[in-house]
Amino acid sequence: MSDLDLHRHDAGDPLLPPTRWIDGAPSLHKITTDISRPMEARPGRGWWICLGIAGLAVVNLLAMVGYLFAKGIGIWGLNNAVGWAFDITNFVFWIGIGHAGTLISAILLLFRQKWRTSINRSAEAMTIFAVMCAGLFPLIHMGRPWDAFFIFPYFPNQRGPLWINFRSPLVWDVFAISTYFTISLVFWYLGMLPDLATLRDRALGGIRKLVLRFAAFGWNGSQRTWSRYEMVSLILAALATPLVLSVHSIVSTDFATSLIPGWHTTIFPPYFVAGAIYSGFGMVLTLLIITRQTMHLERYITIRHLEAMAKVTLLTGSLVGYAYATEFFNAWYGGNLYERYHFINRATGPYAWCFYLMVLCNVLVPQALWWKRARTNIALLFVLSILVNVGMWFERFVIIVVSLHRAFLPSGWGMFYPTVFDIGILVGSFGLFFTLFLLFIRFLPMIAMWEVKGVAHGD
Amino acid sequence: MHWLRIDRYYDGDGAAARSVHQPMMCQHCNHAPCETVCPVLATTTSSEGINQQVYNRCIGTRYCANNCPYKVRRFNWHNYTANSDFDFNMASPLGRLVLNPDVTVRSRGVMEKCNLCVQRIQLGKNQATLSRRPIADGDVATACQQSCPTGAIVFGDLKDPNSRVSKLLAGRRAYHVLEELGTRPSVGYLKKVAPQEEET
Repeated sequence: MSDLDLHRHDAGDPLLPPTRWIDGAPSLHKITTDISRPMEARPGRGWWICLGIAGLAVVNLLAMVGYLFAKGIGIWGLNNAVGWAFDITNFVFWIGIGHAGTLISAILLLFRQKWRTSINRSAEAMTIFAVMCAGLFPLIHMGRPWDAFFIFPYFPNQRGPLWINFRSPLVWDVFAISTYFTISLVFWYLGMLPDLATLRDRALGGIRKLVLRFAAFGWNGSQRTWSRYEMVSLILAALATPLVLSVHSIVSTDFATSLIPGWHTTIFPPYFVAGAIYSGFGMVLTLLIITRQTMHLERYITIRHLEAMAKVTLLTGSLVGYAYATEFFNAWYGGNLYERYHFINRATGPYAWCFYLMVLCNVLVPQALWWKRARTNIALLFVLSILVNVGMWFERFVIIVVSLHRAFLPSGWGMFYPTVFDIGILVGSFGLFFTLFLLFIRFLPMIAMWEVKGVAHGD
Repeated sequence: MHWLRIDRYYDGDGAAARSVHQPMMCQHCNHAPCETVCPVLATTTSSEGINQQVYNRCIGTRYCANNCPYKVRRFNWHNYTANSDFDFNMASPLGRLVLNPDVTVRSRGVMEKCNLCVQRIQLGKNQATLSRRPIADGDVATACQQSCPTGAIVFGDLKDPNSRVSKLLAGRRAYHVLEELGTRPSVGYLKKVAPQEEET
């Protein structure tokens, strides 16, 4: 603590002391060595076991998707009543996961939240991997990926007036998600440049040095480089900030612009954004609790970081609960019989258990986070963070399948039962996500060294 | 793939219930919910008012089927032609002889639905052209109309106020299914008015 701080508190300043985000005030050199360790040492047994399990799931994903492409999506449990189920549920789920990363890296940067420094790198990586998993599903859910390019506005257009339909929310999705992926990737990579340069300077030679020299884009750490770098970061953060709100708003229009009871509702954009941030923070908590433990980074990802994330989870979880209540209120107040039937069916129909599981995980469970004891209990946070994502997956399932399984005319009613391929591809997408994340923490600096150095010794 | 579904409803309760039915197929909406949501314009309204499905344009997102309030769209979940996994007519060379040679074969991953026998409409127009006369009411009959023994299905030009179908739909018995959704269907139904036996 600097002299200035001591003086201020000794003088009986009523302000709370500034939060120290890094434990033990490590020296700048120690920060570098601590964070570079996973990349410069051989990975431990735990990492290999995790990679093995995740890799098996990826093999399963490849096999099942290959079979899907060969046979057609009839191998899923879909039918003419329920045309979307696990496929679009998984898509919305993974896109939602990504949102926390962008919120942490862009919005919290603009709001100068110092606690983001320890977690932003891995949260951004999570965003990119989650968007990759999400992008997989629209592609495979058509069953014929070789025709997928029809959905892109391509030049030269050799099909005369037959182009894409700009009125379709599925086209908006294409733009929203490709923009989101591009900005996230650029922002993430740009944020890593100073750290890649540090690693390059530490590398002893050989192929590692060569690759890092290339990857660091000739970063020299000069005053001018830093000044431009800070400016570009701010501009990219400003570009990424609206995306936090827009991407999931557009995903929600996949449903909101339809006329299906349960989908056709104007509350969807804010409701989906809140849900996305909620599930994203759940996933960040899950990942960081595991990695700080296994990679021994407790000094950098402290209980205070976890507590800050728990507060965001509580806020967004409560917003989601409010949205659920509003939907039911409007179904009653709006007086639309189809809408009213849908919500009665949601709570009492054949999929009611999914609805109650969703309410339990998304509305009731996060209320525990009002208590500081809960927010600082790591084991509890870990369990809770997993429940958050169980709940959010079921939220999308309820929205999609429960809305579709009852139609305006009773002859269009049906049920959806998942097949082994539905479940296998869902598990496989988790495998892909964790494989990418495990490779990331092994080969790239999972904590932004240069940013942590800025906050390690107080303000 | 049934393009014409016979919906069954019960009128009355318990043992006194009467079963009534309603053929339900693509309603060829003028304000079609399926059309706006297709990302690749694979389903559009033709200049003649038919909601047409362009098979080789369809990429299979299935949003159209989800958004159809009548649920009359059918998806090719598998390839059914020459596929020994299915015991359908399409699976054997002999069985394929019963299929309509005038209709395009749809591959898997493609949405399909009632097209109001667009091939018969085209044939009717061609024959009228060959005999150098405008197409007349009754020149074209859809397959369902042709096979209905009681003549309950009528097809014709709704823009011609003198066609039989226009006159029927202008009557007081006519209604559109789920009219309140604003889909403005081209297909209409006539309410059945029948004397019922008084229960004693």
